[in-house]
Amino acid sequence: MFKKFTLAALTFAFSATSSLAATNITWWHGMAGRNGEVINEVSKKFNEAQSACALTPVSKGTYEEALASGIAAFRSGEQPNILQVFDAGAATIINAKGAVIPAEDLIIKAGHNFDRNAFIDGVRHFYADSEGKFVGMPFNSSAPIMYINDEALKKAGVEAPKTWEEFEAAAPKLKEAGYIPLVQSQLTWQFTENFFSRNNIQFATNNNGYDAVVDTQLKVTDPNLVMMFDKLKAWKDEGYFAFYGAGWNDNQKVFEEGKAAFWIGSSGSFGGLQKTAQMPFSATFLPYWGSIKGAGTNSFIGGAALFAMSGKSDEENKCVADFFQFLTSPEIQYFYHKATGYVAITKAAYELAQKDGYYKEKPVAEVGIKQLMLPAGDWSKGYRLGFYPQIREIMEREYGRIFSGETTVKDAFDTIEKEGNELLARFAKTAG
Amino acid sequence: MSTVTDLLPAARGGTGTKTGGRRFGAFRLFGGQSNSGGESAAKRVQFASPFLPYLFLAPQLAIIFIFFYWPSVQAIQSSFYLEDPFGFGSTFVGMTNYTDVLKSGEYLGIARFTAVFTALVTFFALSIGLLLAVKADGVIRGNAAYKTLLIWVYAIAPPVAGLIGMMFFDQHIGPIVELARWFGWDIKVGLNYFDTAFSMVVVSVWKQIPYNFIFFLSGLQGIPVSVREAAAIDCRSGFRRFWTVILPLLAPTAFFLLIINVTYALFDTFGVIDVMVKDKAANNPITLVYKVYMDGFRGNDLGGSSAQSVILMLIVFVLTIFQFRFIERRVHYN
Repeated sequence: MFKKFTLAALTFAFSATSSLAATNITWWHGMAGRNGEVINEVSKKFNEAQSACALTPVSKGTYEEALASGIAAFRSGEQPNILQVFDAGAATIINAKGAVIPAEDLIIKAGHNFDRNAFIDGVRHFYADSEGKFVGMPFNSSAPIMYINDEALKKAGVEAPKTWEEFEAAAPKLKEAGYIPLVQSQLTWQFTENFFSRNNIQFATNNNGYDAVVDTQLKVTDPNLVMMFDKLKAWKDEGYFAFYGAGWNDNQKVFEEGKAAFWIGSSGSFGGLQKTAQMPFSATFLPYWGSIKGAGTNSFIGGAALFAMSGKSDEENKCVADFFQFLTSPEIQYFYHKATGYVAITKAAYELAQKDGYYKEKPVAEVGIKQLMLPAGDWSKGYRLGFYPQIREIMEREYGRIFSGETTVKDAFDTIEKEGNELLARFAKTAG
Repeated sequence: MSTVTDLLPAARGGTGTKTGGRRFGAFRLFGGQSNSGGESAAKRVQFASPFLPYLFLAPQLAIIFIFFYWPSVQAIQSSFYLEDPFGFGSTFVGMTNYTDVLKSGEYLGIARFTAVFTALVTFFALSIGLLLAVKADGVIRGNAAYKTLLIWVYAIAPPVAGLIGMMFFDQHIGPIVELARWFGWDIKVGLNYFDTAFSMVVVSVWKQIPYNFIFFLSGLQGIPVSVREAAAIDCRSGFRRFWTVILPLLAPTAFFLLIINVTYALFDTFGVIDVMVKDKAANNPITLVYKVYMDGFRGNDLGGSSAQSVILMLIVFVLTIFQFRFIERRVHYN
C-alpha cells in the first residue's frame, strides 16, 4: 500500500516537473468577442501541436488599451513576450529602439527560414523598417473594401462603381430608388490613409515617415484629398452620402438594415456582416479617382501585428519564434482567415484557400486580399508617423466639424496639418 | 501615468471628512456614524502608549502616500519632461508641456466646456435632488417605497449608466430621440456638439440625483419638529417658510453636496463620457479629465498629459480653498 502511494506520489511529481519544463510565454492582445475567442483557439492549437512551449493569451481590452498596458508593463519590467499593436500605434513601438526584437531576427535566430516574398505585397512594408526587415509580425490584416447591397443595385439598375466618378453617376439613381447611396465607417483609415494608398499620393515627407522621425510633416492639404472631402460634403448635401459620426457601428447599421446601397467597411467585417445583414450583399474594391494619374494601386494593411518584446530569456524567445512560425503556416492562416474574415497574409495560405474552393463559396472573402495584392505604387505602402493615434483624433474632430457645418474642408485640413505637424515635432523630441 | 484617479479620492476624501465631522444630522439615516461628530468629544478614549494611535493610522497613511502623493509627485516630475513611452529616453523641456497645453485653442475650448458642464450638472443635480427630497419628506403613506425607488439609481455604476443613457439617445433606436422628433428636434448624439453635450448633462444629472436626494432627505429629517412648528405659527406661506427657515438649516448639507457634486462633475463623469462618445471623441464635447486620458493612455504622450493632470490638481486645489474660505463662512452650523 505504502509502495503504491509512493509510486503515485512519484508519478505525480514527475508529471508536475514535465509540465513545468514547458517554457511559458504570454501574449497580450486587444481583441474581444468572436475575434478574441479565435485567438484562444489559435493558442490552443499551438499548445497542442508541441510540448516545449505553453502559450497563454490575455485580452487587454481594446487595441489602445493593449498598447497602453504593454507600455506600462515594459516600464516596470513585467512585459509580455508578445504584444499585439494596431496599425496607428506602429510608429510608437517601432521607433522605441530596444523595446522589441525584430520578428525577422528572432525567427532566423531560432533556426527557421524567413522569406519576405512568401508574404503578400500589401502586408510586407507596414510593420517593416525602411530596409524591409519585418519588425512586427503581421497578424490580423484587413483592407477597407466596399460592400454592396445587391437589392439596391438591381432596383436602381446600376452597376457597382470602380471609381468615384462612376459612383457619382450612379448615386442619383440610387437615391431615386429610395436608398442612401453611400455610408462609411472610418474616415481616417478609409478616406485618408488609404486614400493616399489607393490613389498613390504622398501622405507625409521623409518617405511617408519611414525614413526618419525628425522633420516629418503631413501633406494632408494635398488638393486631391481636399477634393475628396469637398465631394463628400457636396454628396452629403445632395443626399448621396450619409454620416452618422465617428462611431463605426452607427454607420454600419444603416447598411445592415438595407437602407444604404454602398458601405465602406473592413474586409474583417465580413464574418459579422453575414449574420447581421438583412439583405443579400457582395463586395468590391475601395473606389479610387479615375481623374488622378497613377491611381488604382493597392491599399495597405490595416489591423494589427504581433511584436516580440525584448528583455526575455533565449528559451522564451525561441518559443515566440516557434509561435510566429506556426502562425504563418498555411493551415493556421487559412483557419484564421475563415474564422474571422481577416485576410490570409501569406501567398501559400491564399493558394490553399483557393484550392479548397473557399472563394467560390464566399467570393466576398477574397476581395480584401485581392485589393492588397494589386500592383503597388510609390506611396501605397502606408505611413510611419509618431503620435498617430492623436493625429487620428484631430482628424476625427475636424471631419466631424466639416459635416456638421462648423468648418470648411480647406480650414479643416489646414488645422489637421498644423496640429498634426506640432505633434510630429513633439514625437521627434521624445524619440531623439 | 498618475493622472486622475489619484486626484479624485484625495480631493473627495479631504473635503468629505472635513465637513463630515461638523455636519449635524446629515448621517442620521445611517445610524451610528453620527457619533463621529461633536458628541464623541465627551467620551474621548486615551491610548496607553503614545505610539499606538500612529500604528493604527499607519495603514491609511501608507495608502494615501502610495496611491495619492507618490503618483502626484511623479506626475509633477514627468510634466517637465518629454519622454518616449517605453522609457528609453527623456528630455527635460522645462515649462514647454505647460505652454503647449495652455496655448492650444483646443484645450481652452475643452476647459470652457468643462466649466459649463460642471456648472450645469451641479446645479440640476442639486436642485432636482432637493425638490424630490422636500416632496418625499412630505409624504407620509408609503414613504419607504418612494425613498427606495429614488435611491435605487445610485447603485448603477457610471459606465452602465452611460450605456443605458446611450441607448436612450441612440441615433437609430433611442426612445428619447423618437420623442424629441415629435417636437421637431432631431437629436444626433455623436454628431452634433450641442446634442451630445445635452445628453451628457442629462445622463450625468440623472446618475447623481439619488445621492443628493439621500443627503437632502436626511438633512430635512434632522430639522427639529419644534422649529418647523414655530415657523408654521409665524408664517403661512409654505414656500417662504422653506426659503427662510428650512433652507438655511440645510446649508451645511448643501455645502457638502456642492463640493461633492463639483468633483463628481469634474471627475466621476468620466465613465459616462467614455461610453457616450464611444471611444471616439471626434468633434464631441469632452471634459479635461477625458483629455488627460486621451493624450496619456491612448496617445502615449506622458509629458503632455502629466502637465494636464497637474493643471487639474491646481484647479481642484484652488476650488477647495475658495469653497472653504468664502462659501463656508456663510454657512451656519448649529
